[in-house]
Amino acid sequence: MPDCALANLLKPLEAMIIHPSLRQLGYMLSLTLVVGLVGCGKKDSDEEDDSGGKSDAAATVATVDMTNGATIVGTVKLDGAAPVAKVINMGGDAYCGAAHKTSPVSDDHWVNNGGALVNAFVYVKDGLGGKTYAAPATAITLAQKGCTYEPHVFGIMVGQTMKVENDDQTLHNVHSVSAANESFNEGQPPGTPAKEHKMTKQEVMIPIKCDVHGWMNSYAGVLPHPFFAVTGADGKYEIKGVPAGDYTIECWHESTKSDAAGVTQDQKVTVAAKDSKTVDFTLKAQ
Amino acid sequence: MAQAVPPRYKHWWLPDASSSYAGQIDDMFYLILWITLFVFFLVEGALIVFLWKYRYKNGRKAIYTHGNNTLEITWTAIPAVILVFLAVFSNSLWSEIRDPNKFPKNAPAIQIKPRQFEWDITYPGPDKKFGTADDIQTINQLFLVVNQPVQIKLEGQDVIHSFFVPEFRIKQDAVPGMPTAVWIKPIKEAQYEIACAELCGLGHYRMKGTVSIISQDSMDRWVKSQAPAPAAAPAINLTP
Amino acid sequence: MATLVAPAIVRKKPTKPGAHDAHGHHELSFVQKYIFSQDHKRIGIQFMFSSLFFLLVGGGLAMIVRLELGWPGHAFKFLSFLPSTMVAGGVILPEFYNSAFTMHATFMIFFAVMPFLMGTFANFLIPLHIGAPDMAFPKINMLSFWFALVAGIIMFSSFFVKGGAAGGGWTNYPPLSDLSELSGVNVGQNLWIISLLISGVASLMGAVNYITTVVNMRCPGMSFFRMPLAIWAIFVTAILLLLAIPVLTSALVLLLFDRTVHTSFFIPSTILVAGQPLVGRSGGGQVLLWQHLFWFFGHPEVYIMILPAMGIASDILATFARKPIFGYKAMVFSICGIAVLGFFVWGHHMFQSGMNPLLGTTFMISTMLIAVPSAIKTFNWLGTLYGGNFKFTTAFLFAVGFVAMFVIGGLSGIFMASTPVDIFIHDTYFIVGHIHYVLFGGSIFAIFAGVYYWFPKMFGRMLNETLGKIHFWLVFLTFNGVFFPMHILGIGGMMRRIYDYTQYPHLSHFQGLNAFMSVCAFILGASTLLFLFNLFWSMFKGKPSGMNPWHANTLEWTLPSPPVHGNFSETPHVFRGPYEYSVPGHTEDYWPQNEPPEGWLERAQQMKATATHG
Repeated sequence: MPDCALANLLKPLEAMIIHPSLRQLGYMLSLTLVVGLVGCGKKDSDEEDDSGGKSDAAATVATVDMTNGATIVGTVKLDGAAPVAKVINMGGDAYCGAAHKTSPVSDDHWVNNGGALVNAFVYVKDGLGGKTYAAPATAITLAQKGCTYEPHVFGIMVGQTMKVENDDQTLHNVHSVSAANESFNEGQPPGTPAKEHKMTKQEVMIPIKCDVHGWMNSYAGVLPHPFFAVTGADGKYEIKGVPAGDYTIECWHESTKSDAAGVTQDQKVTVAAKDSKTVDFTLKAQ
Repeated sequence: MAQAVPPRYKHWWLPDASSSYAGQIDDMFYLILWITLFVFFLVEGALIVFLWKYRYKNGRKAIYTHGNNTLEITWTAIPAVILVFLAVFSNSLWSEIRDPNKFPKNAPAIQIKPRQFEWDITYPGPDKKFGTADDIQTINQLFLVVNQPVQIKLEGQDVIHSFFVPEFRIKQDAVPGMPTAVWIKPIKEAQYEIACAELCGLGHYRMKGTVSIISQDSMDRWVKSQAPAPAAAPAINLTP
Repeated sequence: MATLVAPAIVRKKPTKPGAHDAHGHHELSFVQKYIFSQDHKRIGIQFMFSSLFFLLVGGGLAMIVRLELGWPGHAFKFLSFLPSTMVAGGVILPEFYNSAFTMHATFMIFFAVMPFLMGTFANFLIPLHIGAPDMAFPKINMLSFWFALVAGIIMFSSFFVKGGAAGGGWTNYPPLSDLSELSGVNVGQNLWIISLLISGVASLMGAVNYITTVVNMRCPGMSFFRMPLAIWAIFVTAILLLLAIPVLTSALVLLLFDRTVHTSFFIPSTILVAGQPLVGRSGGGQVLLWQHLFWFFGHPEVYIMILPAMGIASDILATFARKPIFGYKAMVFSICGIAVLGFFVWGHHMFQSGMNPLLGTTFMISTMLIAVPSAIKTFNWLGTLYGGNFKFTTAFLFAVGFVAMFVIGGLSGIFMASTPVDIFIHDTYFIVGHIHYVLFGGSIFAIFAGVYYWFPKMFGRMLNETLGKIHFWLVFLTFNGVFFPMHILGIGGMMRRIYDYTQYPHLSHFQGLNAFMSVCAFILGASTLLFLFNLFWSMFKGKPSGMNPWHANTLEWTLPSPPVHGNFSETPHVFRGPYEYSVPGHTEDYWPQNEPPEGWLERAQQMKATATHG
């Protein structure tokens, strides 16, 4: 229960639990005793923590200047033979099986004519000098439709709300396996409202999957700035409003390995105000 | 919630007995049921009769007794004999089902490695060997040939799951790091549910599969249809 | 009788000079008297209130479980006050459902039934029944309560941490309970372990105390075979606790190490998390190790919860049947027999676990054998009732209900003992029905009986009998309404611990029956509130009970209600067994244990005189 003082009290405890040190076990035991005794009667004081954290962050927040900012565009291509797309047999869940007229194909390696690579994540990796940007109030929606995730790859800002919706008449569980952020693993039975999550740290990428339907996976790239894009069906991307400067741009694709590390490629680019530069990537087929 | 249910599933007692030993397990069940029902009516009957007969009456004095050795030895010996008999009787059936030395010889094997929250099933394919290119893999869909014994090898990938097909009267935990095996000889062409009987996490209740018992012909056809696609298949072009 | 020649009145040395000496009585402050009390009666009552609180917590969780099972996936708008990690849009989430039944069992077993029997009744009854001024170690006794309470509060707090409370079932089998990546429960699982470690310390302190007190502090004439069966049962149970709890503790510590410092006691090398090998673990552990350790504790635990209940029911049956216990020694030996055999049957929980099938045979035989002493006890209770003259008090009704329900629980156990039948019914609702017939129909019925029986001694007032009888019939009828159909569900193949059985076509038609069971469960839950009302109302407004309202024989009924600190103003002397009711030739139909036989006082004085002259 996030809205309880105890959850906050236990945060240092959680950190300890992650640290493999025997000595801390003793601290933990005694701390739990104290916490247990204090109990969890008071629920009112914890909201303040959140707002306090926000006002601190607000001091260094930069804003995106769309009129003067540069635009970076480009195409991501695959060099070499595209791997065979896997056909998913959804018959294991009668609902999912019936939701598709033709056998759905795994969306982990979309390559279109001419080797255009779909679902590659391109973002400014370096060069912003630690500037952070305010998260937009609009939420990013991750839909579960016909037992697939929509979108398959997406970017989201630190502090931005991610809404996970279940449109299916079957149970999904939303399981994020995160290295930097807090992982979550929640069930979402049919008919339940959307779940909301916020990521607190930069992380490219966080895999999100459904354990009930092994074929379902999605990747979220979490960044403290809005300079990221995902390639469309034509393999093209566009990043707007980039302030003048020297940058490292990285392109990430899950590749056939289908994991968070994926394959990446970095390129350097220098942009001036109102510039428009093209940065193309070519990933090698493995 | 409630779905349209095939009528044969609407049962209020033991489900279909569809494996070679399901009938024997049911016989054992009924034997115990009759014995326990008899004891149940005996004890509860006596209790009710006593409660009525010896309800409070002013001036009556209760019988003063500290026990009766003959009686006590009798009602110790009789249950002991019955229980030992049940144990011996149960054991022969138990070892017939579970003793690895008594598994049907040359029964083909199917490997099931359940994970949260699905049944990953591997058939050895036409060459009858695991780990080769012609292995067939399915999720949650098990096909068995009617009247043919089959060995199911189980091993959990992540947590403990339990392979449970009520109609076969079979249940076996799939333990990570410890392979186990059971054998089944289905005796009816039908389709049943595979249930996970060991709590395995939040999706435990959804961890179900189907087992289809089909004829040898249909099985051969299915195996053929599952043959791996030729290696040089063209990439599929997709326009989202 | 040999004891006749004992000197008239012997004062045992008080354990702590002055403190428990009724003559040297000194005023205790409020805190000493009501909070950090070292008086066994006060501690017993403290245990009663904490157990009742946790009984309500456990019961509340059971209501959530029944809501979900009665109407799976239904949106219950009135539950919307619960946080979105538990209930989303009124729909109980599967992970909260898992936590709810896990914590239901944990609270009921470790914080309601066990402390009620081995905290409340053991504390309140042992010194009073054996004629002792207090427990052997009053301070340890006090600590035992406070450890148990702290453990309970920690367990309760685990609902409010991120990831929620433990959700792996009360048995918490690893790897599910071991790796947070697999269960989604993190801090909650650690709190579960820590809480049980602390509660284990409390149990051990209690057990040591009970054993020492029973062995060393019986009053003159109170030989082992003159102890009431409740004390015998508690004594043997204390020994069980002393042997079983350390095994649980060791298992819990291993699990805590696995979880916190990433050892691999229960993690095999082959384990995959979401298809990926686990990083940072050596592996090489054994999943089944936990089950062996847990059930080596867990099965004696079942007897820890039923033996004292058997003892309490025996005492109450004898009192209201106005008859001696039929086959007292057989009862004692069967308690001991159950206790010894209880350590050799743990494997019957693991018949389908993949354990070597040959071991199944061994455990089946020992399991069949343990049914024999239970059968002896049942027939002896019938023998006790035969030819009685029953007073249908609420306590008697609950004690008879205990026998009737325990028989069902015992008989249904035979199905599981038979290994081939167990293949089918293992992990189905048949087991859930069985365990509730033993632990609710057994233990909790006996607890209710005990409260109705000893409440006058605790508070000096009678519980309202009319409300009590309404309570009994509500509990008796709805209990059977909830738990009997579980056998049918199990035979139909419905698995336990399942959030939404309607997902399975062969189970979805059980929804109607489940809804009926849930309605019964809600009435059963509500009846507890009636009981609590009766309890608190009678505490202040009940009819004064006097010293011996039931005309019972045991020593506590010779004391004022409630007895003073230090219990006996003079150490009692016991002349006969506890169940001398309706003795022919005796004018009363009861004969207190310490009432001297005719002419005894004169003879004793004579002997004293000769001794001094000589």
